[in-house]
This record gives sequence, C-alpha cells and structure tokens, in this order.
Amino acid sequence: MPRWTMIEAIRDALAIALRGDPRVLVFGEDVGKNGGVFRATDGLQAEFGESRVVDTPLAEKAIVGTAVGLAMAGMKPVAEIQFLGFAYEAMDQIAAQLARIRFRTQGRFTAPAVIRAPYGGGVRTPELHSDSLEALFAHTPGLVVVTPSRPYDAKGLLLSAIRSPDPVVFLEPIRLYRAFREEVPEDDYEVPLGRAAIRREGADVTLVAWGPTVPVAESAAAQAAAKGISCEVLDLRTLAPLDRSALQASVEKTGRAVVVHEAVQYAGLGAEIAASIMDLAFYHLQAPVLRVAGLDTPYPPASLEDAWLPSVTRVVRAIERAMEI
Amino acid sequence: MQVYRFTGDTTPDQVLNEAGEVVGELPDQAADLALRWYPFMIFCRKFDERAQLLQRQGRIGTYAPFRGQEAAQIGSFAVLRRTDWVFPTYRELAGLMYHGLEPAHALLKSRGHPDAGRMPEGFRMAPPQIAIAAQILHAVGAGWACKLQQTDDMAVAYFGDGATSEGDFHEGMNFAAVMRLPVVLFCQNNQYAISVPVHRQTASPTIAQKAIAYGVEGVRVDGNDVFAVYQAMRYAADRARRGDGPTLIEAVTYRLGPHTTADDPSRYREAADVERWAAAKDPLVRLRLWLTRQGLWDDERQAACEAEAEARVCQAVAEMEAYPHKSLEDAARHVYAEVPEGLALQLAERGKEAR
Ligand SMILES: Cc1ncc(C[n+]2csc(CCOP(=O)(O)OP(=O)(O)O)c2C)c(N)n1
Ligand SMILES: [Mg+2]
Repeated sequence: MPRWTMIEAIRDALAIALRGDPRVLVFGEDVGKNGGVFRATDGLQAEFGESRVVDTPLAEKAIVGTAVGLAMAGMKPVAEIQFLGFAYEAMDQIAAQLARIRFRTQGRFTAPAVIRAPYGGGVRTPELHSDSLEALFAHTPGLVVVTPSRPYDAKGLLLSAIRSPDPVVFLEPIRLYRAFREEVPEDDYEVPLGRAAIRREGADVTLVAWGPTVPVAESAAAQAAAKGISCEVLDLRTLAPLDRSALQASVEKTGRAVVVHEAVQYAGLGAEIAASIMDLAFYHLQAPVLRVAGLDTPYPPASLEDAWLPSVTRVVRAIERAMEI
Repeated sequence: MQVYRFTGDTTPDQVLNEAGEVVGELPDQAADLALRWYPFMIFCRKFDERAQLLQRQGRIGTYAPFRGQEAAQIGSFAVLRRTDWVFPTYRELAGLMYHGLEPAHALLKSRGHPDAGRMPEGFRMAPPQIAIAAQILHAVGAGWACKLQQTDDMAVAYFGDGATSEGDFHEGMNFAAVMRLPVVLFCQNNQYAISVPVHRQTASPTIAQKAIAYGVEGVRVDGNDVFAVYQAMRYAADRARRGDGPTLIEAVTYRLGPHTTADDPSRYREAADVERWAAAKDPLVRLRLWLTRQGLWDDERQAACEAEAEARVCQAVAEMEAYPHKSLEDAARHVYAEVPEGLALQLAERGKEAR
C-alpha cells in the first residue's frame, strides 16, 4: 500500500471520481495547468482533459454559483475555492443558494456540489489565507461540513462527499497537507459522512477536535498521560450534521470535555458542542465543558500566529483545569 | 438587427517604442521626469531582487515580485497628489514607495508584522489589498466622498487582469459611471493571474474596451513605457478632477517574476516567453535608451546610481529587521475601539500562560 500525504490522498480521490463517473468535473482558480496552488489537482487536467478539469476566471461567486446550476442539471461539480478566506466572496451562492435548493424546491431539485477549500493557520500565509470559517457553514442548514485530519480519511471522506446527495463543504487543513504520510489504499473506498472517529481512547477527559487541531489534541493527550490523566480524542470529521451519539458515548464515559478549535472562540462551534454535551450527557458531567480556541480577533499576521493559535500547552492546562474542578 | 461588435484598435498607446525612440507625445519636462524616475526604477528593481532573496533566506515570508511592472506603477503614481486616495494591491510596492511609503515599511507585510497595514500619516494610502478586486469598490466609495466633499481630489484603484473577472470590478465601474465619480480604475494587465493567462480570463480582446459597456472611457497603454503611462494617467486624472467621471486604464505589461515566492511559473509558461518580454520590453531598458540618446545617461552614471540603490536597499532591510516586534496583545487593541470584556479576559489568560 502506498504511503501518502493528505494532498496526495485528495488528488487520488479526485482522480478516482473523475475516472469512475463522467458527470464529475473539477474546477476553480489555477486547478488545471498549474495543478492547484497546493498541487491537489496535479496532473488531473493532463489525464482528464480541459473540459473536466477547468481553470475558471477569477470569480468565487461564479465558481460556486455555476456549481449550483451544474449540480441541479445533473452534473457532479467539485469546485475549489483557493483559500477558505475567499469563500466570503461566494457567501451568497453558498449560504443563500447552494444550501437551500433542496428545501426551497421541497425536494424537486437538489444541488449536491462539493466545495473544497484549504484552510487553517500555522503556515505563515498572507491575510485571509488562514481563516477557519467552519462555523459559518455549520450555521447554514442544508450544508454538510467535513474536515479530515489524516490522509486515509481525506480520500475516503472526499469520495463520500462527491457521492453525497447533499452539498458538502470540504475543508482541508493546510498545515496537515504534507505533515505526515500514512498508508492509503489505492482502490476506491469511502469513509462515511456524519461519523466521528476516536483517535485515542481514554477515561478522564474527552478532547473534541477536528482538522488542524486533532494533532494538537493528540499531543496534549500524550502529555496529560504522562501526568496520569487519561484523555480520549474524538475527531469529529463531519462538523454538520454532528455525530451526537459519538459525543454522548464519549462524554458519558469520561464526564469531562475540552473542545479544541482554531476558529475564533466567540460563537464558534465549540459553543454548539458544549451545549450539545449539556443536552446529551448533563448528568454525567463532572466539570463544565471547556474550550481552547482562537482569540476573538481576526486571524493575525504571521509574526503573531503562534501566540494566537490554540497550543498544546493551553490544551494541557485546560485538561488539568477540568480535572481540578 | 443592430449587432454591437468591438472594432477598435487593440494596439496600446506608446510614447517610446522598444528601441527608446519617441513615437508619441512626450510630457513637458520629460527629461526632468525621466531623471527622477529612472534612478527610482533601478532602486525598485534592486529592492525587488533583495526581497526575493530575503524570502529564500527565511528572513521574510511570502513576497509578490513586481519586476517588469515598474513603469506602469511609477508612471501612474507620479500623477497622484498626496491628498488623492489610492487603493493598491500586494503588487504595487514600487508605486507606493514612489508615492512615499518607506521601503522598510514596504517589507513589513512579508515580514508578517501587524504594522504593515498601518499606512503612513500624511497620505491617503489604503493598505495593499489581498482579496482580489475588493479595493475597487473602496476606491469608488472614496471617490464618492471626494465628490461630496467638493474637493478636486480623486481616488485610484489598482488591480490586475485577474481582478476584472470579479463582480466587484463590474459593480465598481458601474457605480462610478452612474454617479460620475472622480475615480481612476488602473489595471495592470501583467498577462497572468497566477497561472491563468489573460485570454482564459476574458474573451474580450482588451480590458480597456470593457469600459465602453459601462459608459466609461477606456484607455489602453503600453505599461512598460513610463511616459505613455504617465500621459494616460494625466488624462484620466484631469477628467476626474474636472468632474467628467471615471476612466479605466489598461496598462499592458508583463510579470517577469513568479506570482509570489511560493509560485513556480515553469508549470504554466515557457521560459522563452519570459525572456522575450525581458529582452524586448524591459521598462528600465527602454527609458535608459531614451536617456542615453538625450545625452543624459552613461555607464558611469549607471554605476553610481546602482551603488546608491544598493545602499538604500541595505538600509531598508536593516530598518525592517530592527523594527520592534509587536505583541498579540497590542495588536488586539485594534479589533474594536475598546477591547471587549471577553477578549480582555482571553488576553489576560494568555498572558498568564506565557509566564
Ligand atoms: C478573492 C480572491 N480570490 C483568490 C485569491 C488568490 N489569488 C491571489 S493573487 C491571484 C491572482 C490575481 O491575478 P491578477 O488580478 O491578475 O493580479 P496579479 O497577481 O497578476 O498582479 C489569486 C487568484 C485572492 N487573493 N483573492
Ligand atoms: Mg495579473
């Protein structure tokens, strides 16, 4: 089995989808000849031609808006927004159009497009290239929001997303694109949407994380273990709809939860997850649910991002606080 | 049936041809202007080369080179007054430095310093925009303000060929036209938006002609001919200040370097294409040829000028590196006029952790 980085796994998923389904097309800014600014579509235009792997004009609203029309008309568009911060340009088409086609037409039409976008910090990018905006999409009924934290999942989740009957916003953590390799099957396989994964089993505290903060939570769990605290790491993978049963099962077991996300804390997904835990497992809780998140400021310039991002140290401290209470 | 078709000439206006010969109308005091511009262009070229080197050395982060676009920027910024509004992109450092931005400050953005966006007092320079085309609308708004405030100042938006595909460009031009605002839309058509060539960006033979549909005047000028750019910008500025409304200028140029230091142009364009532009159309070469023909320039002057530019660049780098670090706490004071309680608590907690 090959050992691939996440970017290679994503590219492979796109190739499989293009090969297996003539309705699939991949488009966006610089995805064709250049193979994507991160090389997620490397070589795909050479293999599948210019009508299936398409360099579009520079217009995010048109990229998403045409994906809506393509999907309504029976195609399978996989559109790329070059960096998630530029999804703001397309918010009308994402939130007011893509997400609502099924509801608006009461099932007469659907728009099962996939919108892929790199996101997250830690790689010293210019402004608007590092923002974590998952809460905006999770707050939009009708969208499935997915984010992988490892190569195996990235491929299987993306294939599921392309075959999903619902539109999927597929968020790819830039920092994990080439962070590590793992064995990824070359064949076609799916990782189901809507299912979280336990990355590490534990008894004292549940760490809820996704995408770029999964490795942060894993490191914090390892450090906490050295202090005699046993943490379970739950990788949500799908952020909307939420895997409520996985959350409930884990917190019923541990009685404590720390949510770790990169997006700003205020009105972030951590708040929704904390409230869900209260609904699902209140009588099992031994401590309030804590959050370790980005600061309530815009994502800062590169020289400040290390201070801004949720660090392993901060997560360990939150774990200790949860244990002290 | 009336069919509208573009039948205009697509040849960009020139004052100097590639050989540095006069083929158009020189501005008044052309020699004085050229003797101001050419040394500055040399400085900019060195600055740009050094910035790319600094990136490779890890002393700054991503940098967007402007090599090849010096004439388009300096020739147009030369028309601006300090009281005019200017809304640039990340590509316009040559123009901004000509206008008065300290070279050390110009490097802060790639340095990832929060003060990079804190533009100097005494000018009306917006910080370089990252979201393609967003600044076009801001310039239209600022031009609207100039009109309401009854000054003869104007607002200029700089943007690339790729930006003309965004709705913001079209909406901005339409607003400016309908309200007859003192605005110049200055497009540097450097032939590429990262990897996408301009003929994949638009099916119009020119960008300038897009003006016509909006009831705006469009000008297509050789962007590597500093005199031609200056003349076009003067024309547009005169119109704006007179109250005749917006002008779209397309400066036809070429990005000789990579899109940014993170880009590998060999994936999407032929090296021979770059060499052709570099050999035949370098804006510095063209101006030097003219200056030399006027007896205003020689090798000795060139050497002295390069040495001086080199020294200025070194000084800028030293100043940039000595620029004091700013803490997250200090930067976070500028999210709202007053720091909200929740943010203050977050900052206090981080302060404790840092200790
Ligand atoms: C809204 C938006 N979409 C995408 C990007 C990513 N991006 C940065 S520069 C660029 C190309 C811009 O091309 P052009 O307008 O021609 O300007 P140039 O870089 O050539 O000066 C793209 C796609 C961005 N910064 N903003
Ligand atoms: Mg361009």
